[in-house]
Amino acid sequence: MKKREKLDGKVFLLIITILLFLVMYAAGLIIFNSKGFAKPQVFLNLFISNAGLIVIAAGMTMVMITGGIDISVGSVVAMTCMMLAWMMENKGIGAVTALLIVLIMGIVFGLVQGFFIAYLKLQPFIVTLAGMFFARGMTAIISQEMISIKNEMFLKWAKSKINLTFLGGAVNKKGVINYPFIYPSVIIALVTLIGIFILLKFTKFGRTIYAVGGNEQSALMMGLNVRRTKLLVYVINGFLCSLGGFLFALNTCAGFVEQAKGFEMEAIASAVIGGTLLTGGVGNVFGSLFGVLIKGTIETFITFQGTLSSWWTKITIAALLAFFIILQSLFAKAKEKQ
Amino acid sequence: MKKRVLSVLTAAVMTTAMVLSGCSGSQTAATTAAPAETKAETAAETTAAKTEEATTAAAPAEKKEIVVGFSQVGAESDWRTANTESMKSTFTEANGYKLIFDDAQQKQENQLKAVRNFIQQDVDYIVIAPVTETGWDTVLQEAKDAGIPVIIVDRMINVSDDSLYTAWVGSNFLQEGYDAVAWLDEYLKKNNRADDDINIVTLQGTIGSSAQIGRTNGVEEKMKDHPKWKMLERQTGEFTQAKGQEVMESFLKTYDDIDVVIAENDNMAFGAIDAIKAAGKTCGPKGDIIIISFDAVAAAFDSMIAGDMNVSVECNPLHGPRVAEIIQKLEKGEKVDKIAYVKEGVFPADTAEAEKPKRQY
Repeated sequence: MKKREKLDGKVFLLIITILLFLVMYAAGLIIFNSKGFAKPQVFLNLFISNAGLIVIAAGMTMVMITGGIDISVGSVVAMTCMMLAWMMENKGIGAVTALLIVLIMGIVFGLVQGFFIAYLKLQPFIVTLAGMFFARGMTAIISQEMISIKNEMFLKWAKSKINLTFLGGAVNKKGVINYPFIYPSVIIALVTLIGIFILLKFTKFGRTIYAVGGNEQSALMMGLNVRRTKLLVYVINGFLCSLGGFLFALNTCAGFVEQAKGFEMEAIASAVIGGTLLTGGVGNVFGSLFGVLIKGTIETFITFQGTLSSWWTKITIAALLAFFIILQSLFAKAKEKQ
Repeated sequence: MKKRVLSVLTAAVMTTAMVLSGCSGSQTAATTAAPAETKAETAAETTAAKTEEATTAAAPAEKKEIVVGFSQVGAESDWRTANTESMKSTFTEANGYKLIFDDAQQKQENQLKAVRNFIQQDVDYIVIAPVTETGWDTVLQEAKDAGIPVIIVDRMINVSDDSLYTAWVGSNFLQEGYDAVAWLDEYLKKNNRADDDINIVTLQGTIGSSAQIGRTNGVEEKMKDHPKWKMLERQTGEFTQAKGQEVMESFLKTYDDIDVVIAENDNMAFGAIDAIKAAGKTCGPKGDIIIISFDAVAAAFDSMIAGDMNVSVECNPLHGPRVAEIIQKLEKGEKVDKIAYVKEGVFPADTAEAEKPKRQY
């Protein structure tokens, strides 16, 4: 009985997030119908512009399920972009090699942070705060100048449109037929997301993550290897950060110190809106996906509206966060009473 | 228990619904208010004409309305705000435009999103004041595929294919450098110092920025015509007042015969003035050291009125009319120049008092 109630709470949070997204999108369709909001491309753009964030929010969700947090992700994204740009443009390293190097770098970064958190029992916030400063600093050390990625192979990855002709084209004002399209980055993001979903739901490792986050003491007493689980979560998260950074670079085609500032907060906000509990033990990567999509929809609203200050995005996210946190605490209280 | 959860849920859904409806309500209010305003404007302009005529005149204009999507860097400085205002006041409904404005909050990724949304909104023209020079290849390709011309303002962009944008509008920093030298030459002649040896120091902007490169090179190039002028030293003050002051302090310690300070923006000039005063020297039209500055922001006029600064060469943020000119040409199917400079003035101290009220930034 108890288990069912808890499950209900989790599902409820997820359903609310999905409903909210649908309601918002429907509202957009009604309000901005004449401005072309109904085009499939508007929806696809949510994925194109946020491919990196989708992957990173998935990693953040995993970390938050263990009861931890990682605020270094924005800086790691910036460092990844900068490393990619610097290696390809200044050192003449091929795109594939550069990609492999940054992915390994992400894993190592996660390994170090995870070691501090899991084995030295340091606060995740402080450890990743140090990681955040370190990665941002390293980005500036590599180059203070903006580096534009001109590598042919990389640009080919970035620019190869995948036309979804089956969705039907539309003729615009200039008389050009445009088919809805996505970039390879979207496919990578979605495949990763599904991978993490399967890992969390259907593997022993995934269940251990939930157990550790739900109650570390009982997980220990059940004989689960808490420390190793935590370490692995941060390692996977590190990998996802650099992969997300790569997707981010595919979108921006540049390395720059100021890139992805505040990205960690967007990832955390997306996870929370998606139903992940800050206290750990509860979370779903698909919820976080919808968290990202909700953020993207608000941004789209504001550009379609055309006169509102774009800072309203932040205010709306703040309101949503407050709403979801209150909702979470209500569920937590309900659980306690039982 | 379940009942309570349910009641909480319904309450929650209701509040979101309220928030959303409130949002849409204000939006419709905004859109209905806008045409009302323009109608009022046109009515006011044609006071002689009958009201009927005014409304019929407004109707066809609304149909031909040109939609412009403008992605701005942010609102980090007075210059930027003036730039935004210039766009907003040029692309009004009264002028036959509809402006969709997006503030990128200094983030390139936000600009990319904005441009993608502009494309989906089927705008006629996209205007971008880029946050960064780089990373425009993909999104501009999307705009090109959709057949939408892109006009870049202020900073230049760095793309692999020039055909990705139609035109660029901005300042001619090199010309600003020339103007500064020309002013100094004239000023010295006026004060009978044309034959004197002139010692100059320069506070450069952030090295590598287009403003720094243009202004430094412009001054250097034209200084070759003046063999009596000597550039003692150049150092960067990174466009900030604090750094400008610091560098000027070290200049004053090293050289005791500085005649001219060239500061590559106003903020550094303010810092230099503080340093000069602290060292017990004087500057400005009545002082020992001539201060030449760039940008001509409002505070520079105050400084000139106070008698501290000699001249400021303008860096004009009012790009709107120039962009509108290009759009009108494109509408007629005419060819446009790839590079279009905005008109920029030179403002010496003696004109500051008269010019100040006319300034928009």
